[in-house]
Amino acid sequence: MGSSTNKPELIVNGKRLDGRGFADLRPMKIIAGGLKNAAGSAYMEWGNNKVLAAVYGPKEALPKHTQDPDKAVIKCKYSMAPFSSLEEHNRSGPNRRAIEISKVTREVFEKVILREDFPGSEIDIFIEVLQSDGGTRAAGITTAAVALATSGIPMTDLPYAISVGKVGDTLILDLNKAEDNYSDADMPIAIGPRNNDILLLQMDGSLTKEQISEGLTMAKKAGESVARLQREALKAPYERILEKYKI
Amino acid sequence: MHPLNQVKGEYVRELLNKGVREEGRDPFEYRQIKITHSLLPNAEGSAQVEIGNTRVLVGIKLDVATPMPDKPNEGNLMTMAELLPLASPEYEPGPPSPDSIELARVVDRGIRASSMVDLGSLFIEEEKVWSLFVDIYVLNFDGNLFDACMLAAVAALSNTRMPKYENGEAVRTGELGRLKTNNIVTSCTFAKVGNKILLDPDGSEEAVADARITIANDEKVVRSMQKGLAGAFSQEEVEDLIGRSFDKSKELRGLILSSKSE
Repeated sequence: MGSSTNKPELIVNGKRLDGRGFADLRPMKIIAGGLKNAAGSAYMEWGNNKVLAAVYGPKEALPKHTQDPDKAVIKCKYSMAPFSSLEEHNRSGPNRRAIEISKVTREVFEKVILREDFPGSEIDIFIEVLQSDGGTRAAGITTAAVALATSGIPMTDLPYAISVGKVGDTLILDLNKAEDNYSDADMPIAIGPRNNDILLLQMDGSLTKEQISEGLTMAKKAGESVARLQREALKAPYERILEKYKI
Repeated sequence: MHPLNQVKGEYVRELLNKGVREEGRDPFEYRQIKITHSLLPNAEGSAQVEIGNTRVLVGIKLDVATPMPDKPNEGNLMTMAELLPLASPEYEPGPPSPDSIELARVVDRGIRASSMVDLGSLFIEEEKVWSLFVDIYVLNFDGNLFDACMLAAVAALSNTRMPKYENGEAVRTGELGRLKTNNIVTSCTFAKVGNKILLDPDGSEEAVADARITIANDEKVVRSMQKGLAGAFSQEEVEDLIGRSFDKSKELRGLILSSKSE
């Protein structure tokens, strides 16, 4: 959500600035694994976003007062590298935005991880945005889900996330930085595809009830390809082995 | 969770399973809401909101400042929330918790997205703008801070004096105009306990809630939303709650308007 000053035309001749249609997602690549020390990890490129996620644990929750005797506690840290944006150097360390994103991301995974399997323990999720171009919280959640899956921590679902936006009266999906700065609404959503559960929903700007419904429907439809890509990324290392040994 | 809340929570959950809410409240009914504004004359604006036993206070200050580098022609809006240790046995002194940051940012987005205050009008001259500080003090916690804080912030902003700018400084005494506001935004927060959904959850209902959603709207459109906690909502539930939020917001807007002094 940006100011109206110097607002560029975001849609020209029915196409977005980068040539995409309204519901098109940017190209995506997900690689499962990669960080040897982590229990699970993944790397994702989503448009110009480059995001790493790592999972540590389950391990004893420390400090002790954070323990829950009934289930694992999830600790999540989303962070943007100081060199991640095209603009100025970001001060490192968590700012208020990062703390809020860490919180809502944590809540996504609290729903899907079988936390009762690990009482008294903690599971750490680290999301590092190395390069940002709009939609980093969505990319972070999508990547962290794959990292969790590679760790073998049992989950009931493999969430993904997508942002919905509005330019004038047109709804668009997967906003890049320029669109994010000048759009008339921004609505990031995380979905658990098994039951199409809404696990994260934030919004600001201006949307009617009908536009919110349409945006949610668009995101779920486009999200099928994200969910497929996550699963392919998880299978890829095993397919390479099959190929190598011609099994 | 505090053990007492846990016991109380179990009781609340059992009641809800029987389809009953404490004090016989309807699932989509607010507790009694009371708004008092301009109770702190030193602040440019102030308001206190009570929803049942939840009590929050908002103070507004305006200072001369330099603009943000990326918004040279706009005033600054800064919203902070303090979960004061005097408000609940579970709040502790220290740096802002994720909960207080989320609360402040949700209120901030509601105000910003509704264009309630035209930040462009807070521009003074080159390199000089007004900084508008919305400071939220939670004085007593009994659930639904989001709606209480949104109401208090909007009630305070609707009754705020505008200082004058003279010789590079803010003048806060003498004959003053008012901060111009263009819209009224209110929010409705719903908690989901099991498969039941409740408006305006109190502290014990929040303690057992699986999911929470806050929907802020003006008369025409939704201005901001925030889902919280570990549970999930379906698309149908979200659509239904948006409709209910539009309905309920008429009451809330009425309360703000009747608290507005002219």
